[in-house]
Amino acid sequence: MHPAPSVIIFTTLSGLGFGLLYFLGFGTPDVSGITAFVFFAIAFALAIGGLLASTFHLGHPERAWKAFSQWKTSWLSREGVCAVAALSVMGLYAIGVIFLGQQWTLLGVVGSILSLATVFTTSMIYTQLKTIPRWNMWATPAMFITFSLAGGALLAGAESIAPTLLVVAAIVQLIYWVMGDNAFQNAGTDLGTATGLGNRGTVRAFEPPHTGTNYLLREFVHVVGRKHAQKLRAISFALAFVLPILLLILPADGVVLKHILALFAVMSHLTGVAVSRWLFFAQAEHVVGLYYGKR
Amino acid sequence: MTRLPTSTDRKMGLVIDLDTCVGCHACVISCKGWNTENYGAPLSDQDAYGANPSGTFLNRVHSYEVQPAEGHAQLIHFPKSCLHCEDAPCVTVCPTGASYKRAEDGIVLVNESDCIGCGLCAWSCPYGARELDQAEGVMKKCTLCVDRIYNENLPEVDRVPSCVRTCPAGARHFGDLGDPDSDVSKLVAERDGMDLMPEMGTKPVNKYLPPRPKDKIEEQIDILAPLLAPVAEEPKGFLGWLDKTLEKL
Repeated sequence: MHPAPSVIIFTTLSGLGFGLLYFLGFGTPDVSGITAFVFFAIAFALAIGGLLASTFHLGHPERAWKAFSQWKTSWLSREGVCAVAALSVMGLYAIGVIFLGQQWTLLGVVGSILSLATVFTTSMIYTQLKTIPRWNMWATPAMFITFSLAGGALLAGAESIAPTLLVVAAIVQLIYWVMGDNAFQNAGTDLGTATGLGNRGTVRAFEPPHTGTNYLLREFVHVVGRKHAQKLRAISFALAFVLPILLLILPADGVVLKHILALFAVMSHLTGVAVSRWLFFAQAEHVVGLYYGKR
Repeated sequence: MTRLPTSTDRKMGLVIDLDTCVGCHACVISCKGWNTENYGAPLSDQDAYGANPSGTFLNRVHSYEVQPAEGHAQLIHFPKSCLHCEDAPCVTVCPTGASYKRAEDGIVLVNESDCIGCGLCAWSCPYGARELDQAEGVMKKCTLCVDRIYNENLPEVDRVPSCVRTCPAGARHFGDLGDPDSDVSKLVAERDGMDLMPEMGTKPVNKYLPPRPKDKIEEQIDILAPLLAPVAEEPKGFLGWLDKTLEKL
């Protein structure tokens, strides 16, 4: 799949933003007034910024509002509905915390659940696609949700739980990579089933339908960068998980030093997740490539 | 409406004969022509006369080589367009309801004024049947020439999809695949018509007829050959001497 910057920015930032909203809804960190304002501002900026980025790749962004209508069948529509609901509920909750000094617990919990539900619906947009075996498995939503929770805990400064959540996310990441590498083969789709000619002999693409490229090849057959996949995986894993965990458990005295270390941990995690997301798209192979003798 | 109809009154679709297709690409050109001049946004081209031409097509012809375990390789031309699947994943993923399957005849269409060009329907299609037009920013796909097949302004002979009307080899057939007595259904039954990627669970309406087995090339092609004695079984004279000398070396 073509790793479009808009979808990488969208899934990375909004995942982190909704993760932070999840913790804020449960009153973590326990802040009020101007401090609370800063936390909520970061969460909303990430979540909304990501959602806006996702409209950049649309052919007709001005019609995006129509996407709220088909929630009964479409995961993309459900995501839109969930995102608006989560942001509205958390917006109300934020007003209480920032301006009224009130923590409306029930509202916060509902907002937290909606925030996590938004991340889940995002992941299901990809998971539902049988055409991309690397995405069509349970590890995909598991990865999106554990990443969001780990990043949220890191941003929320939840020192007690953040290292554990980072370890869990790291394990899920490894499972996703191992399962994903065999997914295409296990799906059982090859040029033989694609053409229906597999029982007659070995099928080989002899001549493509056109001399130039086309939308399908640009969108679905992205092979650039796959050769560096293993190196990028190592970089992503180190930045997203190993370094932040080390920075968190490092004994540090003083509020300023702790905040600086936490900032480095967040930046490192964000960069690592973005690299992982780039690989998520660049390594995904769509079955339509088979018709062109490619993967 | 992105909810699929539970059943459709008819299942209009194509039957493509891989035995007959000669790979001339006439269906590709006639499809592009008809669908650029008629229903919906035109099928645009980018850099059509430049170094890197590319464009939107609703029908493309691939060519494959099949090498059996024994015998000669076979070249098979393979036209591919929307299969108007019964369980069309491209319809249910659409967030706006622009993508829909008609209850009356099963044709899968896009309402272009509702399409936001997110591309998710193309992601969900295993066959590469949908292409996002780069000029219009909306999804294009085969309409089964919905503006021809019911068009009473056209002579009756022309009320079939453009590709079917154009095919000089008669490799493309159009009809109701939901009616077991239709000509296309009989053709599918007779020739073991098949689905593409059945494991994807899309239940395509369009069927492909596999190539018929090739005639065997017999070892002996001349019926008079058995009556003729071999001219020389053992080489004699100079050739005989050369043969023996070379054997000894």
